[in-house]
Amino acid sequence: MKSKHLIGLENISSNDINEIIDTGFLFREVLDRPIKRVPSLTGKNIVNLFFENSTRTKISFELAEKRLSADIINFASSSSSVKKGESLKDTIQNIHAMKIDCVVMRHPIPGSCIQLTNYVDSVIVNAGDGTHEHPTQALLDMMSIKEHFGKIKNLKIGIIGDILHSRVALKVKVCGPPHLIQKDIEDLNVKVEYDVDNLIEWADVVNVLRIQRERMGVGIIPSIREYRRLFGITSDRIKKHKKEIVIMHPGPVNRGVEIDSSVVDSDQAIILNQVLNGVAVRMSVLYLLLGNNDLKS
Amino acid sequence: MTLNHNIKKIKGYILIKNGKIYDPFIKLNKTADILIRNNKIIEISKKIESNSSYTIIDASNKIVTNGFIDLHAHFREPGYEYKENLNSGSKSAFYGGYTRVCCMPNTNPVIDSPELINFINRKSEELPIYVYPIGSITKNQDGKEMSEIGEMVNAGAVAISDDGIPVKNSQILRMALEYSKLFNIPVINHAEDNFLVNEGIMNEGKSSLKLGLPGNPYISESTMVFRDLSIAEYVAGKIHVPHVSTANTIEVVKLFKEKGVDITCEITPHHLCLNDEILLDYNTNSKVAPPIRSKKDQKILLNAVKSGLIDCIATDHAPHSIEDKETDICNAACGMIGFETAFAIVYSTLLKESMSFNSIIDLFSFNPSKIIGIKPNPIKVGTEPELNIIDLDKSWIFSEKHIQSKSKNTPLLGKRLTSKIEYTINKGFISNHLD
Repeated sequence: MKSKHLIGLENISSNDINEIIDTGFLFREVLDRPIKRVPSLTGKNIVNLFFENSTRTKISFELAEKRLSADIINFASSSSSVKKGESLKDTIQNIHAMKIDCVVMRHPIPGSCIQLTNYVDSVIVNAGDGTHEHPTQALLDMMSIKEHFGKIKNLKIGIIGDILHSRVALKVKVCGPPHLIQKDIEDLNVKVEYDVDNLIEWADVVNVLRIQRERMGVGIIPSIREYRRLFGITSDRIKKHKKEIVIMHPGPVNRGVEIDSSVVDSDQAIILNQVLNGVAVRMSVLYLLLGNNDLKS
Repeated sequence: MTLNHNIKKIKGYILIKNGKIYDPFIKLNKTADILIRNNKIIEISKKIESNSSYTIIDASNKIVTNGFIDLHAHFREPGYEYKENLNSGSKSAFYGGYTRVCCMPNTNPVIDSPELINFINRKSEELPIYVYPIGSITKNQDGKEMSEIGEMVNAGAVAISDDGIPVKNSQILRMALEYSKLFNIPVINHAEDNFLVNEGIMNEGKSSLKLGLPGNPYISESTMVFRDLSIAEYVAGKIHVPHVSTANTIEVVKLFKEKGVDITCEITPHHLCLNDEILLDYNTNSKVAPPIRSKKDQKILLNAVKSGLIDCIATDHAPHSIEDKETDICNAACGMIGFETAFAIVYSTLLKESMSFNSIIDLFSFNPSKIIGIKPNPIKVGTEPELNIIDLDKSWIFSEKHIQSKSKNTPLLGKRLTSKIEYTINKGFISNHLD
């Protein structure tokens, strides 16, 4: 792998992406073994620096690190201190002074991981920087699609939901309320479809994004029933289309809001594969960024 | 007398040889020598014999022109002296060729009383530049009650503005525009609809989408400018639009100017010479309000400067300490310093747009003078010298050593610029900026 860090996928070569995903499948096998642990990162220190809550991402990274035998430290900071913008540089310099090999960071502010690379020379892995990038999510999505279809190329991916407040892989058709889709998104060669039934007809895969209940009924989305009628992935809607379509969801799922419980639990959904692939692909990323150096030296 | 980088008191004779003199105020445009004795111009003629006691400045192929006027700067005093003070700010202005600068009232306390206007005036007496305070429109910039505009003007305020805080209440703006007619001063309103700005911290568009940063749409400015100009037209008030940034705003300005409404507007060097791609590295020094707009906007802004729709350049010199900027992009303060680079970056940019050097210089002296009624001394015998000597062909790389401001918040460090103000003379002071 050529990149030193994993900040985002925008500037990563397709070779690197393929290498990460293919290595991810190797680690998937490890996860199926009775002893799910390899010694690849023995002696390496990794800090999980979480400036906002994200239980799933954190657990997934932690598990990946442990299965690679790395030494890990978890650091969580309240979002209020981030709001003051006071602690990032200091926190990071402190951690750096303790000679840490790798920082996995989740931070609500876009670009914070890029800024981090200016302050420290540890390997940086972005675990989500606000509405900018969440590269391991995109990688696990790609891995899950590849696992299901055997390929990624030429597949049609529809993304449904609150696009504005999310971080999406940008070569797809998006669907959702117009004010929750970036105004200029078509400039990035992303098509917009407001009719969710048209999207389902078109797509091979739909990735259903979480609609936060907090956004409901506060003037952003008028009500759950209205949202469900317009954009909800309900079992009636899926039945109506009589087509094989793969359902993805980055989690956590709001059953009965953006997607029906029966759809989540159906054979069409690969949501739990995504979770498992998340661990595998994170193992792959950490191994390629940290482990190989060891072998080289 | 040897000249060096420090600002020095003028003593004895200075002979400026062979400069191309350009003074739009008295329509002077000729190559000649200028002799200064004890801070007075005593002779301007084709060839003045030199004397061994004279300090000689060879201005061959260089422009000798009036000092510049800035309608929009922040000296941060009182209250934020850790960012800048009148002394450091005036040095910074002097380095950039500015001899008369209007300072914004967003200090602590806010400049909203004649006492504070007096404070600025008193503290500026000994400085190498003339400082003109702008008073606030409303007390404490609260947008609620009008400040003592008459008393402030009486003490020397040259305009009123709530600076970065837009006057949201249209009725207050109407009253201020009507009342200030008594004093014949412009009202300057930061035109941004804060509801439309929303959480936006950069221009909304392709770049903000790539960066994942919340966008500030261009309509936040143009809708507010439309409101402001409509009110000004209705009450026949005097309004000046600060730092225009969008193509849509230009359409609005054009509409009202074509109707014959007496309005003026300014643009900053950064809104004119940069576009929002400069933020692609998340450099907090590129974060300003209003935000730097798209390439498409920039093109229209350049044309508007060429056609005269935009009246002048104003720096919006906005110093911030390292701590104010060395944080994430969402929490970083808005603003960049501008004095040291204003002329050079604008000249470098407009040269490519095939604008004449005279028209470019007018954007810095003659045009702002018309708006605010402040005039630099003309270049003629008997006056105190207030001039810049500019090498228009000089190519240089802007670096920290050129910064006289207390703060260093600019994304232009390392950028190659064409044209350099080599000497500035004003209020009995001279400095060279040859490095």
